[in-house]
Amino acid sequence: MKQETIDKIKILAGAAKYDVSCASSGSNRPNTGKGLGNAAPWGICHSFTEDGRCISLLKLMLTNYCMYDCAYCINRKSNDIQRTTFSVSEIVELTIEFYRRNYIEGLFLSSGVIRNPDYTMERMVQVAIDLRVKHNYNGYIHLKSIPGASEELQHKAGLYADRLSVNIEIATENNLKLLAPDKNFRNILNPMTTIKNKITENKEERRKFRNAKRFAPAGQSTQLIVGATPDTDRQILDLAGNLYQSKSLKRVYYSGFIPVNEYDKRLPALSAPPLKRENRLYQADWLFRFYHFKVDEIVNDDFPYLDLEIDPKLSYALRNSWMFPIDINKATYENILRVPGIGVLSAKKIVLARRYGKLNIEQLKKIGVVMKRAKYFITTNELNSHSFAGLYPEKIKLALLSENNKAVNGQIKYKQLSLFPVN
Amino acid sequence: MNLIIYDQTFEGLFTAIHDILDLNIVPDKIAGNRHFQNDLFANNYEIVTDQVKFETIWNAVKEKTNDQNCQRIFKAYLSELPEIEMLIYDYIKLILDSGYNVETDFGNDYVNKINNIQKKVSREAHRVIMFVRFQKTVDHIFYASFDPKYDVIPLTVNHFHNRFADQKWVIFDTRRKYGYYYDLENVREITIGKRKIDLETGKVDQDALHISEKLFQNLWKGYYDSINIKERKNLKVHMQFLPKRFWKFLPEKDIKNKLVLS
Repeated sequence: MKQETIDKIKILAGAAKYDVSCASSGSNRPNTGKGLGNAAPWGICHSFTEDGRCISLLKLMLTNYCMYDCAYCINRKSNDIQRTTFSVSEIVELTIEFYRRNYIEGLFLSSGVIRNPDYTMERMVQVAIDLRVKHNYNGYIHLKSIPGASEELQHKAGLYADRLSVNIEIATENNLKLLAPDKNFRNILNPMTTIKNKITENKEERRKFRNAKRFAPAGQSTQLIVGATPDTDRQILDLAGNLYQSKSLKRVYYSGFIPVNEYDKRLPALSAPPLKRENRLYQADWLFRFYHFKVDEIVNDDFPYLDLEIDPKLSYALRNSWMFPIDINKATYENILRVPGIGVLSAKKIVLARRYGKLNIEQLKKIGVVMKRAKYFITTNELNSHSFAGLYPEKIKLALLSENNKAVNGQIKYKQLSLFPVN
Repeated sequence: MNLIIYDQTFEGLFTAIHDILDLNIVPDKIAGNRHFQNDLFANNYEIVTDQVKFETIWNAVKEKTNDQNCQRIFKAYLSELPEIEMLIYDYIKLILDSGYNVETDFGNDYVNKINNIQKKVSREAHRVIMFVRFQKTVDHIFYASFDPKYDVIPLTVNHFHNRFADQKWVIFDTRRKYGYYYDLENVREITIGKRKIDLETGKVDQDALHISEKLFQNLWKGYYDSINIKERKNLKVHMQFLPKRFWKFLPEKDIKNKLVLS
């Protein structure tokens, strides 16, 4: 391991950074036979970059040479960039040494496609095998499945990795074909189905034989780029909802499009990545994964885009004001979950705590309910409840928005003005 | 005023609670013997720690609630907050006086406070697990310092023991001046006497570092800088997740060192 490895890291981590997945959760691989490492089922972040994202895994590309020419990708064949390739042993050593120092939770390995999918995939799988077998390493491994690689290789990958993923990137097939002529939905969805079936099979097998090798215990995930194509939030979330259901995906990641190939006229010219929209999509994703919402309750024909001003849960509540206010001391858990300002943990605590006696506003605050938002949507058994008798959605929205702006204005008000404004 | 003084151990606190209930004292303050200030007008009760008395209360609490709740009380104790002893006393009294399990009665102030404090302690323990950075020394020991807000190192030892079973390691609490050492067989508590470590920054002296250590720290810094997406810069979130008080332990945030390198 020499100084030149630093240059390789810079190139191949730089090439891998647009993959947003960094979760190390979902697997509880124990440390066997006094080896190195284990996987914690709740996942652990080890650092945070200046863009506010977490570093949990050592995210690298095996190589940034690629035979494909996808318009949205920094590593596309037609780009004139510095290219390099890691050897299998280099990645293995980096992973082990970083892991031993508690820098990382494991490895996330992706790759450009060289020669053919099988050739590429084989070397990626070799990294996982060397880590597990040669080094008795039990930490987390996330492998990118290369579309078009043989089923046998995908099977092998699943036996040594904790999570597999295939990125869809573009939410509609037409737009995918436009931007990535070498790819199609079938090639991406087929491996997903294969992985899903193998995971199900493996679960059956492990029920019978406890020592059967596990197949991708942390499941599979995918990524969708947001803002590179005119797809609506509804199309994106419909696809995501579908993937969670039919492919049993653990996570769908949304990645705000960062214009890396500005010369390509098929792509929109953006002054900044659509971070707000990306954030709203994640919030919506949370709603159907943890809050018992259905996709068409959040986006539908009448409402194809998420509101950028307010979060999707508040937006839903305002559009469905008929169901509020709800009585905290009587409503079902599912209904309490729908109240803006009440999260999963608070809702659970409310349901547990109200068995001991009726809850009032003061107690709700202490439990962790954000009353600033929730007060419009709930009643307790107190007389002077904050809740509106008749709800005026527009008024509530205005009230909540001005509440947010107040904080911002307060800051601006006290800011020292510059004597010589630069620009 | 009734002032209860104990020896600052968890067992001591439970013994104190046992005696308070036994002698029917109404305590105004429970304080560790290292911290208390003598009050001229107070009745002082000095508690002699007693394993049997400790177990009596511990088991009674366990029976009335469960193991998990005992763990919560222990974690709250590790917070070392000034009023924590009285809060634990109030909470235990509530548990013992109630005819039902009060564990999930979040409408109750004591239940809520204990839960919130133990959550803070758990979070700090998790931060140790996240941000501890080992440095490899010449004698192949992986050394790490930390300066946690609460006394949480004991909560993290199991994690490191399970994870790093094939390397010797040390985790040292620079604020409380004790730590743990794993010698490939067992973990034991240590204090460091003659040291080659800067207790302020947790850095191992150059001559005691393994020859490869600087290279891997530089590789890690190189990785850290390249994985950042400049177009998404968001320092507010960055600082929220990675507060400045941890920076001195993280090679990737070691700005002083970075300047020397470049």
